[in-house]
Amino acid sequence: MSARLPRRRWLKEVGWRYAVAGLALSFAAFPILYVISASLDPIGSVASTSIVPTNGFSLVHYRRLFDGSVGPFPRWYLNTLIVCTFVAVVQIVCSTCAAYAFSRLRFRGRRGGLLALMLIMMFPNVLAMIAIFNMFAGLGQVVPAIGLSTVLGYCIAMTGGALGQVWLIKGTMDSIPRSLDEAARIDGAGHFVIFRRILLPILRPIIATTTLLAFVGVISEFLIGSLFLTDPNSKTLAVGLFGLLQNDRSANLGVFAAGAVLTIIPVVLLFRYLQRHIVGDATSGAVKG
Amino acid sequence: MTVEPKECSSERQRGWMRSRADRTTTVGAVLTRIGVLSVVSALGLYLVPLLISYRMWLWLTIVLVAIAAIFAIYSTRRFVPAKYIFPGTFFLAVLLIVPVLMTVNYSFTNFGDGHRGTKEQAVSSIIGNSVHLVPGSPTYRLTVATQGSAEYGPFALFLVDDAAPEGDVYRGVEGQPLEVFPGEVMVVDGRVTAIPGYRVLTPHEVNAAFATIREIVVMVDEESAIRIQGTGAAFQGRATLAFEENTGVITDLDTGETFTVGRVGNSYVFVDADGQRAFPQSWLQYIGLDNYIRLFTNRTIAGEFLQALIWTLMFAFSSVFLTFIIGFFLAVTLNDRRVRGRKAMRSWLLLPYAVPGFISILIWSNFFNRDFGLINDLLGTHLNWLGDPTLARFAVILTNTWLGFPYMFIVCTGALQSIPDDVLEAARIDGASGWQSTWKITMPLLLVSVAPLLVASFAFNFNNFNVIELLTQGGPFAPGQFTRGSTDILISMVYRIAFGGDGADFGFASAVSVALFVLTGVLAAIQFRFTKRLEDIA
Repeated sequence: MSARLPRRRWLKEVGWRYAVAGLALSFAAFPILYVISASLDPIGSVASTSIVPTNGFSLVHYRRLFDGSVGPFPRWYLNTLIVCTFVAVVQIVCSTCAAYAFSRLRFRGRRGGLLALMLIMMFPNVLAMIAIFNMFAGLGQVVPAIGLSTVLGYCIAMTGGALGQVWLIKGTMDSIPRSLDEAARIDGAGHFVIFRRILLPILRPIIATTTLLAFVGVISEFLIGSLFLTDPNSKTLAVGLFGLLQNDRSANLGVFAAGAVLTIIPVVLLFRYLQRHIVGDATSGAVKG
Repeated sequence: MTVEPKECSSERQRGWMRSRADRTTTVGAVLTRIGVLSVVSALGLYLVPLLISYRMWLWLTIVLVAIAAIFAIYSTRRFVPAKYIFPGTFFLAVLLIVPVLMTVNYSFTNFGDGHRGTKEQAVSSIIGNSVHLVPGSPTYRLTVATQGSAEYGPFALFLVDDAAPEGDVYRGVEGQPLEVFPGEVMVVDGRVTAIPGYRVLTPHEVNAAFATIREIVVMVDEESAIRIQGTGAAFQGRATLAFEENTGVITDLDTGETFTVGRVGNSYVFVDADGQRAFPQSWLQYIGLDNYIRLFTNRTIAGEFLQALIWTLMFAFSSVFLTFIIGFFLAVTLNDRRVRGRKAMRSWLLLPYAVPGFISILIWSNFFNRDFGLINDLLGTHLNWLGDPTLARFAVILTNTWLGFPYMFIVCTGALQSIPDDVLEAARIDGASGWQSTWKITMPLLLVSVAPLLVASFAFNFNNFNVIELLTQGGPFAPGQFTRGSTDILISMVYRIAFGGDGADFGFASAVSVALFVLTGVLAAIQFRFTKRLEDIA
């Protein structure tokens, strides 16, 4: 196609687009190339690292990551998985239930509740960090298993956003015809049976997607984590890897990079799988608001 | 829509009634219900006495209200909507609404280092700290044990007199007089090694919690008390201070000097005859609007707050502006059928969005090193990026632009595809150049649909703690300044006042948080307006 245009016109109308795209693609990619290169560079200091490995190739940083010499990395990985799973599951279970009530049941304060929810969810829980910190410091004296510096305590502290997905799930639920519920109700189904047997199976795809989105959304939480998780064994990846760089940026760069690569790979794969949903989501959000 | 015939709707109603009446409750459902309610009761029975003994009234209220609500909602067939709304609302209330209200409450107090606990606790700590070793006082071999956690206690001290290693074992618990321990214990070499019902702390654990353990004082009688000397030793010393309950005066028994309660700064503390603060210990007090008065009228502090606010707005605005411009421009560039490989390019451009944010920021934090950093290498410069206030701000915005442009790119691509081709076609026929139609037609049409997301993105960046903390930790800091660095936005400033190295000042930090609530509320209101307006359009 492009060959049919005169060369000059092609440059003016199409060619420059490739140039801009090339620039953007390199801008998007260089930090990721850098971290891959740093994780494989045997020296692995800030000074030695560039975008392409220049000092050879070695897996020494990956080995150090797992021999525990810079901290219990596998433990951080596991903790992050636990926290993300816990928060995502709590969020989706609570949000789906609430969405059912708001979409299908009629009760006083329904509209007001929805508006209040929308407003409250605009306040991130980190704004109240001081109170959350002190609440769990107190609770930890009574029940040490859910105090500060415990993964479980941190998980619970992060559930303030349990209703964060109500709007999204309610939107999908509203699009399911009510005649399905009516039919089931006439057949003698109660509210829970309608929810479990009729609506949940239809909602399964959106529930799977929002669970994964919620999961990815918690990975980067750092503020509450840095206040809570001071014990090395209770840290998440965000808190642990930050500490690694803070301790000795130059000496630990390679190990950090190895940890970063191992974190990036599964998330990017998950993201690729979710991409069409995310893209659809963002654009439908753009149109509907 | 047709109006339903009357018979039909009443028929349906009858069906609904009948189904309620006929509904057989399954065994499984009953068992689940009983199971859940018994777990809740068991948890309540375990937690309530503990919370009372620790005087944790807030958590006690939360637990009692939750149990009452669970029983009311789930033990009957009524309150059907509440059955579905309760779980999420519970988490929302306890972990978002209660903390917000508590923050407001803190903002009227002097809560912070040196101002915790009650006046009684402060007095007993002052008296206890005055206990000194006097020649000839007994010394003890110390074992620390706990029935709670090795980290927070409560700790019990088990003591064996150095002079009589075969003699009695004493138990000391904070707030109770020293007593001979009546139970069986295992003693090896004059040192308690195991106590039934207690967990003995290892030397490592004692060390870890030593800051707390060191402060334990066990009164033996009016004038003498047990204090801890090291991780394995304690002594019985004499208090040099005494507190007079009736007059509320602390007297130094050696010099006769007296200390009374007086006001220093915004709090009441024990002061000496000259009105100077005498002891570091004080207690939590309500101080009215003092924190707010300090925040808004103290010239230095108000200036710091204002500068942080201006930078927060600048940061959020430039982040949204730059990411949007770049995202829009790229979307327009790649939205041309003649460009090949658009799909591959689009998913490549999403890469920065897919990488977890904290990883990206930490990677970027390595680029700004003055001597070896990638940015200086590429530019051939030798700039101290994170050491200079202006450059550090630039670094923060650059990093945040990288993080954010893919999102704007997706959003704009989606919005562009929903703009009908014939609009642009018409513009071209009317003689508009490509540039003109982009700016005059595409951009305004796209802004209508994208505006709410721009506002949301602004609100997000307004409280974007991660990019500041992980990249610069708020720095660089002016000399002698610890609570606000040049790149600190309001939320990271709150973090530094409350948890920074300069000592915790929760009360004042809470007042700043409340200001932040108000600002976030304003942003939320703007977001609301945008959503509403759009609903009207749609």
